[in-house]
Amino acid sequence: MASLLLAIGTRKGLWLARSDDERRTWSLDGPHFLMREVPAIAIDTRGTGPRLLVGVRSEHWGPTVMWSDDLGGSWHERDDGAIRFPADTGAALARVWQLQPDAAMRPGVVWAGCEPTSLWRSDDRGETFSLVRGLWDHPHRLEWTPGFGGAAVHSVLADPDSERLRVAMSTGGVYASDDGGTSWRAANHGISAYFLPNPHPEFGQCVHKIAADATGIGCLYAQNHHGVYRSDDAGKTWMPIEDGLPSNFGFTVLAHPTTPGTAWVVPLTADGERVPPGGRLRCYRTNDAGGNWNEVGSGLPDRCWVSVLRDAATVDDAEPTGVYLGTRDGCVYVSRDEGDSFSLVAAHLPDVLSIRAAGLG
Amino acid sequence: MVGVLIPGALQELAGGARRLDVEVPVDGTVGDVLVGLGVAHPALRRRLMDETGTVRAYVNVYVDGSDIRHGTGLATPVADGAVVHILASVAGG
Repeated sequence: MASLLLAIGTRKGLWLARSDDERRTWSLDGPHFLMREVPAIAIDTRGTGPRLLVGVRSEHWGPTVMWSDDLGGSWHERDDGAIRFPADTGAALARVWQLQPDAAMRPGVVWAGCEPTSLWRSDDRGETFSLVRGLWDHPHRLEWTPGFGGAAVHSVLADPDSERLRVAMSTGGVYASDDGGTSWRAANHGISAYFLPNPHPEFGQCVHKIAADATGIGCLYAQNHHGVYRSDDAGKTWMPIEDGLPSNFGFTVLAHPTTPGTAWVVPLTADGERVPPGGRLRCYRTNDAGGNWNEVGSGLPDRCWVSVLRDAATVDDAEPTGVYLGTRDGCVYVSRDEGDSFSLVAAHLPDVLSIRAAGLG
Repeated sequence: MVGVLIPGALQELAGGARRLDVEVPVDGTVGDVLVGLGVAHPALRRRLMDETGTVRAYVNVYVDGSDIRHGTGLATPVADGAVVHILASVAGG
């Protein structure tokens, strides 16, 4: 297998881990952007060479998007900023929450989910972005409210075979576009918003993460603020799939890139107890799209009282699929057997906000 | 001409300069100074102000030793020969 790159974004910088021996051992390079948080990472492998794209934010100096075409040897940014709200919006970029390369058939396109709640499109591999007005101008926007971490689009899914897009925001829920982002509709039917007076609103759900099944965007998984769901109609309707889980609370959900029906969640006890149940950090894996869940993750720690945030988990494109988890106490774990067992890649980093992994060809 | 003292963390974006001199009009303001900085150093300006023109919350700007937030903010006048000192506020964990 070729080299594998694991990019680790933390609250105080970015680290780049490389493995050349089937993900058994890792070398760690960093920190890049010391004392700046890195909540969004993309490894775009669609071009002639991999491009690293990161959302970086300084408490003092604000947010920006930077890229590297030499695996972190040098970093670049637009002088005037890759993402700038148009003057008529009166808004200012607060944080880049998600950077998502589109499909290979749209090689220049990268999507960004940002705070305040907005979606952006780049046609030059992430160097400049344009505000997706269809979502920004949606009449629901004034009623979207911040989750605890802020008001942002944090998940972006693009269908490689059509113009369908699905985004998720906290809080607001899932929104769907079938025309490349021109028009949008709420897509939350069946998802509970138990914390609202009307627990079944059209929008306002607190979705923490969505992921597309290997079959495509027609089958989606959602980890909500209490509630794990699946949609078999691209988000039009959702059904709970949480039987067999120790808790329906958590932040992340991952889907297998090539095996239909396989997905992972990392449960936390509850809204009011955001720690692994019993202090045992574990994954739960389904191989039948949520019909059944099995606890996996030998090698993950007991007596662990930290959480895995929504983007501090990822899968790679290797065979077998690697699963990666990063924790708020600065540990990163890798599984080379689809979650059955994990080993430590790095420890004692700042709290992990985002991780992404990809083979380097 | 107004002298602007650049914090160490941003000097790379100022071409390595510790101090930049900026032309301001008669009756110029701190806002004019920061906009003037951005002509030659747009990435530097972006670290100081967001795209609405608001000085970032943890950026402190002093004119001849006085914090502009205790004055009239970006409308604070700057006289020829004034020194504008930009500092990161003490914050974070």
